[in-house]
Amino acid sequence: MSEDILNQLKENVIQGRKTRDDMGIDETLSGTPGVLELTESALRNNISPEAIIKQALTPGMDVVGEKFSTKEYFIPDMLASADAVGAAMDILKPLLEESKVETKGKFVIATVKGDIHDIGKNIVAILLKGAGYQVNDIGIDVPEDKIINTVREEQPDYLGLSALLTTTMTEMDVVIKALKENNLRDKVKVLIGGAAVSDDYAKEIGADAYCTDGFQAIKLLEEFKAA
Amino acid sequence: MPREGILVNNPIERLSGEQVRQIHDASIEILDDPGLLCFNKNAAEIFQSHGAAVTSVSGSDTPCWTVKIPEKLVTDALEKAPKTVTLGARNPDNALVMKGDEAKVFFITGSETNMWLDVDFPTYVNKSDPKKEIKIPEFKPRRGMVADLCDSAHVCEHLETVDGYIRTVNIQDKDITEDNKDVNKFFACLNNTTKHVMSGLTTLSQLDNVVKMAEMIAGGPDKLKENPLISFITCLVKSPLQFVDDTTETFMEVCKRGLPIVVSSSPQAGTSAPIKEAGIMAQINAEVLAGITLGQLVNEGTPVLYGSVPVRARMDTLGDSYGSIETSQYNIDCVQMARFYKLPNYSTSGVSDIKIPGQQSSIERLFSDIVVALSGPQFLHCAFGLLDCNSVFCLLQAVLDDAHFQMIKFFLKSPRINEQELETVKKQIREAVVTPQKMFINYIRPVMRSGEISPPYPFEGDGDSDDVFALANERLQELRAKSVEHIDPDTTARIFREIPGLLPRLNVYKGDK
Repeated sequence: MSEDILNQLKENVIQGRKTRDDMGIDETLSGTPGVLELTESALRNNISPEAIIKQALTPGMDVVGEKFSTKEYFIPDMLASADAVGAAMDILKPLLEESKVETKGKFVIATVKGDIHDIGKNIVAILLKGAGYQVNDIGIDVPEDKIINTVREEQPDYLGLSALLTTTMTEMDVVIKALKENNLRDKVKVLIGGAAVSDDYAKEIGADAYCTDGFQAIKLLEEFKAA
Repeated sequence: MPREGILVNNPIERLSGEQVRQIHDASIEILDDPGLLCFNKNAAEIFQSHGAAVTSVSGSDTPCWTVKIPEKLVTDALEKAPKTVTLGARNPDNALVMKGDEAKVFFITGSETNMWLDVDFPTYVNKSDPKKEIKIPEFKPRRGMVADLCDSAHVCEHLETVDGYIRTVNIQDKDITEDNKDVNKFFACLNNTTKHVMSGLTTLSQLDNVVKMAEMIAGGPDKLKENPLISFITCLVKSPLQFVDDTTETFMEVCKRGLPIVVSSSPQAGTSAPIKEAGIMAQINAEVLAGITLGQLVNEGTPVLYGSVPVRARMDTLGDSYGSIETSQYNIDCVQMARFYKLPNYSTSGVSDIKIPGQQSSIERLFSDIVVALSGPQFLHCAFGLLDCNSVFCLLQAVLDDAHFQMIKFFLKSPRINEQELETVKKQIREAVVTPQKMFINYIRPVMRSGEISPPYPFEGDGDSDDVFALANERLQELRAKSVEHIDPDTTARIFREIPGLLPRLNVYKGDK
């Protein structure tokens, strides 16, 4: 029974079906429970959150990653799966905290002040959440003081700053300086991204890394962890 | 079910209705004055017996006649010429049904080049940094052989956008003679593609052998009539306004056999036709109408395509300039004239002036391919792989062209906008705007899987380097490795038994029996 539920859960992650209303790739699954319903069903059947993550969500995302790398899947597929896993993680989060199971880390993400472009930031947030990070997306056009306060209060492991415009990317420098002034810089790793910025710019302003996309962000976070 | 082709909604039309009529009237006037010079006695006699004013030209080195064709003969012929022409195929699913009053496009290869371009990818080392190596394509021209023609037909069988096959390369093997060229070139094509095959004839003496071969493949003379898996192209009129002796004779003999034939004319604006658009249009239209008229006089109901290969002269050499913008304009005008007569058009696009694939080639061919395809010519002789103004054929270029035509085909899809569609998207908009992320990505997947989203350029590299040639070459090798459905062993054995002159090396079963 448990194995059945976990297998179905994994398959629905691969299919990118968050709820029973979602269409996956296999049309015959239409109307059957999706990741959310199956996660709830697993908990009702006393399957531990840890088992749900390790035996269904993570291996499901691994398959999605493989399919993406062989170009069988595209970004919308990857996002659908990541979004489904993210929603499952929201259900599991309080239980994980109760049982003191460690998550991969806390990630605060924002589009900096003056910039309202958020497609890339949103995609990164979904992918990170799907990869098992606890993500707090604090939105667009976010002023420096709000970012500083969030870092101070939530003590995230990582801060992601996004900017599309050359006129707003300088705000990233402002945020990093403010982190230093508030003695928070060494408590959080800062990753920047967006069309306007580059690896050189990240070095120039003292960010920890520049990410071309969400996949690189996940890869870098794994590297930070391993280091 | 035959191949569908692509219906062109709102085709590009450069000429107004009045301009079409003016060109028609000018052509009719030209057919009467000055008329055509006819170097073929039989054709002159046929015209004369049907009321044309035919007079012998004195002082000519070769016998020739002036033929003044009255308007009535032309309009009668236009009425009699079939308005729908079917080009059959060895696989009937590859047949092409062309309706003269419909703006559609089928993509067909062409023409016959003398040179074949091999491609190699030698490695070059950076002098200042020997660790840096790059592969650059090197193109090597050589004379075309029958094995190349087989190779080309084989690859074109697998190129998705190729709807039909005109022999692409002139076979110049040592054991190919004038007498055995036709049977070998038709067999090489027919045995390596199940799509329609069109070619010209080298010698009239081989017409019956070619037709007999096609009858064997089709399953008999009646079956070939039902499914004409071969057709012919003849340039019976040499510009300006001259019926050539041998090609006119070939044209008439093909007409007698009732097989589809292209009445093709290829004037060059500036040399063999006036440089002005009005001039080349009035003349090419007159030349094609003269051919169509002769065809219907020889055999009423002969299926003909209005064949147009107009081209502008280069100002630096007075050679052909297929890459010139005017060449595309003339071709689009011809499409419109053919549609005015409700006859399927054989139009031309995609020929490049440069000798090798590259940026110039891509720009010139893609420009004309787009605009001429959008005019809805029916039969688009779209120069898959042709370079150097029809002199060089390169399979790598044909693979690149296939990608161009996939884009054009996608572009020509009808817009899908209707009440049901709009209801669906209004719902999506209402749903998405109230989500925190305000994105529509969730709705992409079913659309993506249904094929409604155009694929990326198939030969795109990693973004930092241009890998188009290398990737296209990989694709070419994949296509070469795929098998083709050859003519069955019994029919092949019969063809080799009964058709003289076939090269034994073309028999793919020779080791089996």
